[in-house]
Amino acid sequence: MSSSVQVQRLLALVPYLLSHDGADLAETAREFGVTPKQLRADLSVLYMCGLPGLMPGDLIEIDLDAVDGAGTIHLTNADYLARPLRFTADEVLGLVLGLRSVRELAAGPVRRTIDSALAKLEAVAGAGQEVAERVTVSVQSADDRIRDQVATAIDSGRRLRLVYDTPERTTEREVDPARVSLRDGVAYLEAFDLGRDDWRTFRLDRIASAEPTGTPAADHGPLPPPAEGWLQALSGPARVTLELRPGAAWVAEYHPVERVETDPATGHLHATLPVTDPGWLRALLLQLADEVRVLDPAGAADEARQAAEQALALYRQLGLGSDT
Amino acid sequence: MAPRKSERILNLTICLLASRRFVTREQIREVVEGYRGLSDGAFERTFERDKDELRALGVPIETGSNSPLFDDEVGYRIRRTDFELPPIELDADEAAVVALAAQSWQQARMASSAQSAWAKLRAAGVETDTARITTMSPTVVAREGAFEPLWQAVLNRSVVRFEYRRPSGETSRRTLQPWGVTSSRGRWYVVGHDVDRDAPRMFKMSRILDQPEVVAGPDAFEVPADVDVRALSRSLDPAPATGEAVVAVRADRAPRLRRRGEPVDHPLPAGTPDGFAAYRVGYADEGAFVADVASFGPDVLVLEPAAVRRRVVDHLAGAARALAGAGERA
Repeated sequence: MSSSVQVQRLLALVPYLLSHDGADLAETAREFGVTPKQLRADLSVLYMCGLPGLMPGDLIEIDLDAVDGAGTIHLTNADYLARPLRFTADEVLGLVLGLRSVRELAAGPVRRTIDSALAKLEAVAGAGQEVAERVTVSVQSADDRIRDQVATAIDSGRRLRLVYDTPERTTEREVDPARVSLRDGVAYLEAFDLGRDDWRTFRLDRIASAEPTGTPAADHGPLPPPAEGWLQALSGPARVTLELRPGAAWVAEYHPVERVETDPATGHLHATLPVTDPGWLRALLLQLADEVRVLDPAGAADEARQAAEQALALYRQLGLGSDT
Repeated sequence: MAPRKSERILNLTICLLASRRFVTREQIREVVEGYRGLSDGAFERTFERDKDELRALGVPIETGSNSPLFDDEVGYRIRRTDFELPPIELDADEAAVVALAAQSWQQARMASSAQSAWAKLRAAGVETDTARITTMSPTVVAREGAFEPLWQAVLNRSVVRFEYRRPSGETSRRTLQPWGVTSSRGRWYVVGHDVDRDAPRMFKMSRILDQPEVVAGPDAFEVPADVDVRALSRSLDPAPATGEAVVAVRADRAPRLRRRGEPVDHPLPAGTPDGFAAYRVGYADEGAFVADVASFGPDVLVLEPAAVRRRVVDHLAGAARALAGAGERA
């Protein structure tokens, strides 16, 4: 543990303990994001500190018997450290950027709470305030109306009828909404899908409408834990390896890629991607057309090729082919 | 050893904070535990390092003299008003959203900064029930390796140099005065003054190929007062439409295209299968639009203009040919 991280924590720990006499060791450790063992070590350091001279009356007093016995902390004789140190720019920006991100998925009342919290933080931000003007966050989310309807339904425990756009088609779902989440810059609704009888995640920006059905939501037990990120969320068994020609090289950057290498002979990229939805792969291959080849597995391109042939047949049948 | 060092630095802080007068080096050496017994050289080095460390934490150490007559006798002190967090009162709802925001970071440095900021708020008397908000689960990420050095360079206004790969694939060495950072849909960008091109530029951090290297700084440049990072990052928004097409879309299909278009009363060719309806759709880039329409296969047909329709047909024919060789290694 670097001493500067520890000093930073100690400077907040002293005023916290002065204003929370009898604080619980484990709970305080949680508040400060450290283990109880580390907090106990922090207290040992504080025990050796105080006013210059360090005569008995100068030292910070901590009842270590109470710490090791009852697990409660009594700290006194440190009135010169009754207030925490000002925020650093890093600290202010950590909170400000976090709040701005949460704001993008929040509904009206919570947005107003966030705005008032941001204003209060800015008032004490010091040097960080100026930099805060030069950092921005934008998130793929829904408009205010959808967010408000979803949040109201969650808070009041009501069932919703969603008009939801998957990449391929518009669907209707009945869901019991539970939580909105933010992952990788995209806002989601986590809800129990009555039609599928399971928990599902819906992108907020693809919800075209969300109307209450008039029925209260049922109890479906606890939400499954949130996925950690795209890699974990997409670790299904299906994978495809594509040869990406120059016009398709962006795919390796834009989509979550498990492995990418350059073919020394051609200079083309060989990228392996997870596939959770065959429709997604079909659309990607049709989009890239001549700039892509499927290397593995055999048959992975069949659906896309058939779709291209069907589309061409339809153009011809309607007299819209390239010869018209 | 870290605990000893922490003790010494905390005792130094208390010494400078508790004194109204400037405390000289000699006095500090005498009264602060941990400096006593050090040789002259070791004391100088240790004291300088400790001061730097405190300043890095944001502790404002003032240098000055108590006497206008003997101003060669330099001392140090920490002014309480500069040191202490000003009063801040958050109600329970505000505290709950701040706690949620503080916990949202998945990037190590920012997570630690946000945690430390939250600890200060708790120490300043902000109370909350951290389990108050269970209906929101935000996470903020920054996976790009360049994020941390660029963030630091923005904070202390250092000029950085890095190897950048353009979307076309060519790479070049860029020198940047970084003004700010922006995140769009989970991806991070740095905005600043490109020194060689003498113009504002934005760089996608995932296209930076090496660890950005500090070539000047800190405090190596001034950020122009009228810089609007928000406006500069607007180029990340979709470009305005410049072209327009009429497409026939199969019922319920291709929602992404339908939602951005508007239904139009346009005759469908004889023999069009049931369920198709016509929409007018704008686009910014014809090539991208052609590829986008093709991605929907037989669910979207371009009716007008004929030139765009011909491009879609050619694109689909190219796809059919390319995909017929599936499974064979080139």
